[in-house]
Order: sequence, then C-alpha cells, then structure tokens
Amino acid sequence: MSLLVNIVLLSFLVIMAIAVLRIKNLLAMAMLFGLYSLLVAGLFVVLDAPDVAFTEAAVGTGISTVLMLVTIASVRDSHEVENKGRNSSLALLLSVVMGVALMYGIHDIAELGDPTAPAHTQVAARFIESGQAETGVPNLVTAVLASYRGFDTLGEVTVVLTAGLGILLLLLRSEKPRVKGKKKDAG
Amino acid sequence: MQDKLILRVVAKWLIPVIILFAFYVQFHGDYSPGGGFQAGVIFSSAFLLYSLVYGLESAIKVLPDHWLKVAACFGVLLYAGVGVVAMLMGGNFLDYSALASEPVAGQHIGIILIELGVGITVGSVMLLIFFTFARRVLPK
Repeated sequence: MSLLVNIVLLSFLVIMAIAVLRIKNLLAMAMLFGLYSLLVAGLFVVLDAPDVAFTEAAVGTGISTVLMLVTIASVRDSHEVENKGRNSSLALLLSVVMGVALMYGIHDIAELGDPTAPAHTQVAARFIESGQAETGVPNLVTAVLASYRGFDTLGEVTVVLTAGLGILLLLLRSEKPRVKGKKKDAG
Repeated sequence: MQDKLILRVVAKWLIPVIILFAFYVQFHGDYSPGGGFQAGVIFSSAFLLYSLVYGLESAIKVLPDHWLKVAACFGVLLYAGVGVVAMLMGGNFLDYSALASEPVAGQHIGIILIELGVGITVGSVMLLIFFTFARRVLPK
C-alpha cells in the first residue's frame, strides 16, 4: 500500500517539477510550487515524519506560496524577458554533473529503516529509551527539539527573528537605494 | 477580492477554526505532531487569509506592526528567559529540570513555555514579512 502511495506521489512530484520548468506564467508557477510542497509533505507522512510534514505543508504550501504571489504582484509591472536561443549546453552539463554527484552521494546513505544505521545506533537509542521518562513528553520529536536540543532551537528562533528584521530593514526604506555618484532615478 | 461574497463568508467561518487549530497544535504539541513552529505558521496563515479577503488595512488594524515587532522579540526573550531562570534556580542554561521540584514537572513547564516563545516569534515574524511585502504591492 505504501509502495503504491509512494509511486503515485513521486510520479506526481516529477510531473510537477517538469511543469514548473516548462510553464511560462509566473502565477501558475507559484501555485505549482505550492502543490510540489504539498506532495513532499505527503511523502513525509508516508515516511512516518508527521512533524516535518506539518511544517512542510504549513510553510512550503501555505506561507511561501502566498509570499511568492505577493512578490509577483508587487513586481508585476516590471518587464518579463523570455530568454530565447541562449546557449544552454553549459547549464545542461552542470546539471548532469550535479545529478551524477548526488547519485554517487546517495550510495553511502544507509537504507531506509536500517536498524544498524549510525543514526539509529548512537544517541537516538538513548532518546527512545529514556526520553519519555526524563521529559514526560510522549512526542519524542518535541522532547528532542525542545529539551535535549533546546539550545539549537533557541538558535533557530533567533534566525527566524533575524530574517524578519532583515526583511524589515531592506523593505521599509522610504526611498529606493541610490548608487553613489548616480543621479536619483526619475521613476 | 473584497467584493467576493462567497470568499468572504467562507473565510469568516474558516478563520476561527484555523486559529483554534493553531492553538491545538501549539498546546498539544507534547502529545501529537506539531509544536510552536507549526502553530505560529498556522496562526499567521489565519490572518493572512483575513488580509487577502478583507484587505490589508483591516488586518493591520487587528494586529498593528509595532505590536508584531514587540511580539517577535518577546518570543525570543521568553525562550532565552526560561534558560536564564533555569540558571538562576541552580541548573544549567535551558535545563528545565531545575524549574520545579520534580524534574519531569520542570521539563513540562519549560517545554510549554519555550514552545510558546517559538510560536509567538514565528507567527509574528511571518505576519510582519507578509505585511511588509504586501505594502509594496502598488495600488491598482
């Protein structure tokens, strides 16, 4: 059953990726990206990672799609240039090399659910054994994120705050940034 | 989008449900999938829907920018503050076991508080980013 779901989700993922590549309309592209994220979230559920799926569905499908749409709406008046006839063989070569390197890298990853994989034999076993007794939290993901790795999560929250502050600093300027020595843009 | 009757009615029914679900994800994250990060994003998506359907101005009236900025910083301060309180009570930084006489009870208090901090920061930062972006959209 899970194999069938996987095949359906993965084939839709490939179709979506090709569609994103081929489509010219930016609005449709943003929507397709949202669907792509939703499919990835489905895959995470199949992989028994509901916490990650939750985040992917909320952030990837929800927030980032809306942000992309708002961005497209705010730059709509600027001209879209379709680049035709540019030499794309270098890009193709680069993509193929990258793909081969990734394939080579996948070789070393332990098989899914392999109990002898390093990820399962080291500290994870300790979390599973004594995590619930030590933190009293049934959801181990929360226990690890909030308690055992609390310092990491503090860093993550600080990163979110910093990203927000950076966007505020960049976009809340009252005038367009000027290049030194250039006269102010008429538009 | 302000004149779309169906959207307005559906959004009016959906927004409370989304906010309720966000609180569920926030405070039930110890028992089921979810936690502060997801809850913050879901909470902000409710207001995102509100501002998409009812207009940006009415959403900003509910959650003004300066409050969002205060909330974003407050979340991080709450998180770090829990760590400092744990230090003051004789533990290490972010060692929640020191927060109460029982280690497990202390863990519970600490995890709920820091998840709340994460949720507040993530939710308000997402809304701030959206409002800042949306203000750049030229009036038609």
